[in-house]
Order: sequence, then structure tokens, then C-alpha cells
Amino acid sequence: MKKKGMNVSAKQRVWGWIYLMPATLLIAVMSFYPIIQAVFTSLKTGSSAKMAWADPISYNYTRMFQDKLFLRSVGNTFLYLIVEVPIMLILAILLAQLLNNKDLKFRGFFRTCVFLPCATSLVSYSLIFKSLFATQGLLNSVLVHLGILQENYNFLGTAGSARVVIILALIWRWTGYNMVFFLAGLQNIEYSVYEAAKIDGASGWQTFWRITVPLLRPTIVMTAIMSINGTLQLFDESMNLTGGGPANATITMSHYIYNNSFGQGVANFGYASAMSFFVFILVAVLSLINMKVGDKRD
Amino acid sequence: MTKKIKGSHIQRRLIPSYLFLILVSFISVFPLYWMIAAATNPSVEVARGRIWFGTYLLDNFQNLLARQDLWGAMWHSFLYAFVQTVVAMLICSLAGYGFELYHDKQKDLVFSILLLAMMVPQVATMIPLYKMISGMKMLNTVWGFMLPAISTPFLIMMFRQNSRNFPVDIMEAARIDGLSEIHIFFRMYMPIMKSTYAAAAVITFMNAWNAYLWPKVVLTDNRAQTMPMLIANLSAGYTVDYGMLMLGVLFCSIPTMIVFFILQKQFAEGITGAVK
Repeated sequence: MKKKGMNVSAKQRVWGWIYLMPATLLIAVMSFYPIIQAVFTSLKTGSSAKMAWADPISYNYTRMFQDKLFLRSVGNTFLYLIVEVPIMLILAILLAQLLNNKDLKFRGFFRTCVFLPCATSLVSYSLIFKSLFATQGLLNSVLVHLGILQENYNFLGTAGSARVVIILALIWRWTGYNMVFFLAGLQNIEYSVYEAAKIDGASGWQTFWRITVPLLRPTIVMTAIMSINGTLQLFDESMNLTGGGPANATITMSHYIYNNSFGQGVANFGYASAMSFFVFILVAVLSLINMKVGDKRD
Repeated sequence: MTKKIKGSHIQRRLIPSYLFLILVSFISVFPLYWMIAAATNPSVEVARGRIWFGTYLLDNFQNLLARQDLWGAMWHSFLYAFVQTVVAMLICSLAGYGFELYHDKQKDLVFSILLLAMMVPQVATMIPLYKMISGMKMLNTVWGFMLPAISTPFLIMMFRQNSRNFPVDIMEAARIDGLSEIHIFFRMYMPIMKSTYAAAAVITFMNAWNAYLWPKVVLTDNRAQTMPMLIANLSAGYTVDYGMLMLGVLFCSIPTMIVFFILQKQFAEGITGAVK
């Protein structure tokens, strides 16, 4: 009897393997194998048809760190990251905190409004922002009408303001998305904790920093990882909102890699692979750091 | 009774909150309202700053049809997103089910290795994948579009986490009744987990519909292009017809908007899905 039971469980174990096999193989073939391939390709030069080992072997990597445009794309990406992610996350927590208040009316309505930008594709909202901030766009005509500007200003044609527009667009698109995580996180905090804080005379500000933020730490770490991951791979906005311009002033890493591999007629797969491997290392390292920081005080 | 009276008044101390939320809501909604309004106006009026609805919708529509293969792109987007969603649901739910309900040490190890794939950026695999897909003659096909996207650590994790609530007892009962392993999955797991399927399907459909970088790489033929690619093409060039462009953007947004408004709860669950 016992033997039979063990047989069944061995049989079941095999079924488990069968179930998880398609997904596992796909990830192995579509994620792990390509990343290994990318490392090999990054050590080669030449056009896609006839590639040869680079001489010296590290050629693409040394080239990368001397390529001013690549370094600028790294700088741009980090600028977006450092400015956008904290503002967005703080705004998202704040909104979640406000919308978690049971005394507040129209909570569902406000939540839907703030969440709504998530329903647009990245290309769509990039094009909407491009049109809104165009020289002949709505913002310009409003500002000129109000007399704030003398004449139409080329927001997307000026490096500084174009970067600001990208950051504003990112905040617009992703704040509601992150808010959903914080709302879910806040619902796990007992309302009585807040009641107790109120009785103890804590101000709203104190409650926020002393109770809400610490209790939300796991959620904050997770949203931060996701946002960092997403921002390091920023492509659609750079491509469609500014086209990387003016004169590559707003270009992101992914956009520059794309230009070197599939865009603009050059298929420099070796060099593009080296840069993309650099992005991979960045994403991996930052995720690990973030997880460590998140674990620390738990 | 007192509660009711209290509830019917807007509390004075909350007024700053309301003002802030109204402002944020306005900023969130306005660009989308503007997109719809602009789609009904000629480009000149849009550029002049008109924010009300106009009467130029049909003209924009005709211009759009003349310039781009709108129905073709809508059809591709639907087809690709639909097929990707169905296949991803099957493959990832099977895996989540297998990892959680049949788990042992080796499977847990495989699972934690799979999670590492979350750190692999799309841009890093794009070139090798392009070579692979073009080597398999799958450029411009639904296979090329979806193969890299149908098995994701996120979805597998989501199904695995949610499988924890699956009543294991009924599996045993089913086995005693002679139901085969594969039938347990299709006849018991799938119906019981339907809310997880709904949330996962919504998020997968949205992602597939909105995908841009990979489709741009793998759909080299303009006749196979998707909606995001179509509207990106519309805005290329020196003179942009804003009315027509915004109508294109509207078409690209309609399906995701519908999903958003009808299935908002599932969408929110889908986003936060794997985190529990």
C-alpha cells in the first residue's frame, strides 16, 4: 500500500515537470540563451552577415566608454532616473494616503482619474505630449495668450526643456500605476494603528513619515526596483516624444542602442550588443543593491 | 443616524485634500480629453489651441485611411494581442500550477533561476532574438511577435502565488475519483482560478497591444505593422497633421480604454498580481 502511494507521488512529480517545462524552456531560449549570445556578439565587429572577433577583443567596450554620444545617453537616462523616480514615488504614496482616507468622498472617481493614464500606450502618450508641447501646440498658445510668453517657445527643440518634458510625461504616465501598489499596501495596514496615532496626538505629517512610510517599505522597494528597471530601459518616449533630439540631447541608452542596430541603416550588432550588455549589468546591479537596502532594516 | 449626517457633509479639514485631488485628476485626464477633442478638429485649429470638439472628425478619418492602413494595423494588433494572451495564459498558468502544487526542491531551484530573467532587459536580448527569429523565418508573423513574450517570470509568479489559495484537498478527492492529472488542471484548476486568469489576461493583453520596441524590430514589413507603429509613423516628417495624428492615437487607445473602464479591478489586480 505504502509503495503504491509513493509511486503515485513520483508520477505526480513527473507531471509537475511536464507542466512547468514549456514555460521554463521558453524563458531559457528567449532570455538566457540570447543574453549569452549577446556577450559573444559584443566581442565581434563587422556587419551582421560577416562578423569577426574584434581585435583587440575588448574593442567594442573601449569604444563604448570613449563614445561621447553613448556617455550622454547614459547621463540622460540617469538624469531621468534620479529626478523622475523619487518625485513620482512620493507623489504616488501621497495620493494613495489621501485616497485611503475613509472620510473622503468620491474616492472611486479620483482613483479612476489618477489611474487613467495607464490605459494609454507608451507611444500614444508620447505623441500626445509631443503635440501638447509642440511649438504650435496647446501649451504655447495658452502661455502666449496669457502673456507669460512673448512668442512661441520651442520646448522640444531646446535641450533643457525637452528633458523636463520627458520627465513630466513619465510622471504623468506612471504615478497612478505606482499608486495602485501603495493603495494595496495601505489596505494591509490596520486602521487602528492610525486611530492610535491620532489619540497620541500625532500630526498628519508625523503619521505619514513615522507610520505610513515605514510600513510601506516593502512596497516602496518593489516599486523603486520596477521604476529603476523601467527607466533604465526607456525607449518609446525618447523615440517618439523627442526623437532623441534636439541633436541627441535627450536620447536614452535603449534608443541609442536601437539606432546602432536597427535604426538609421547601420547594423552595428557587435557594438550595440556591448552597450546592451552594459545596460544588463546596470539593471542587475541596481536591482541587487535595491533589494539589499530594502532587506536591511526588516 | 449621526453617521449618516456626518457622511453627507464634506469635512472642512479635507478641503485641501479635495483641491489637490481635483488638480491631479484634471492633469491626469486633460491630455486624454484633449486627444479626443483634437481628433475632431483640423490641424490648424489644433495648433491654434482649440480645446473644444469640432466637426472635422470625418475628414481626419478619411485622411487617416488614405495615409495608412488603419484596419490592417488594428487587425494585426488585435490578432497578435489576442493570440499572445491565450497562449501566455495556458503556458504560464500551467507552470505556476506545476511550481506550486507539485513543488519539490529541484522545482523550487528552477523557479528561482527563472526569476533571474526579470533582470534581463529587452534591449539586451533584442539582437540575438532578431537573428534567431529571422533564422526561423518568423519575421512579420504572429510567432515572431509573441514567442519572446509568452512566458514571463511575472505571469508564472502571479499564477504560483495565487495557486496557494487553491484547495489541495479537492485534488486528492479528484484523484480518488479517477480523474487524470491533466483533467484536474483543465476541469478543476482553471475554473477555480478564473479571477486570476482574468487579471493576468487583462495585463497581458494590454502589454501586447502596447508593445513597441520588439514589434518594431521583428515586424519589418509595413504591411504587418501594429497600431503603436502606425501612429509613430504618422508623426514622422516635418509637417504633422495633428487632427489626424490624434485620431490615430485615439484608435490606438480605444481598446485599452475599454478594457480599463470595464475591467479596472482586474487591471489593478493584474498589475499588482505577483505581489502578495
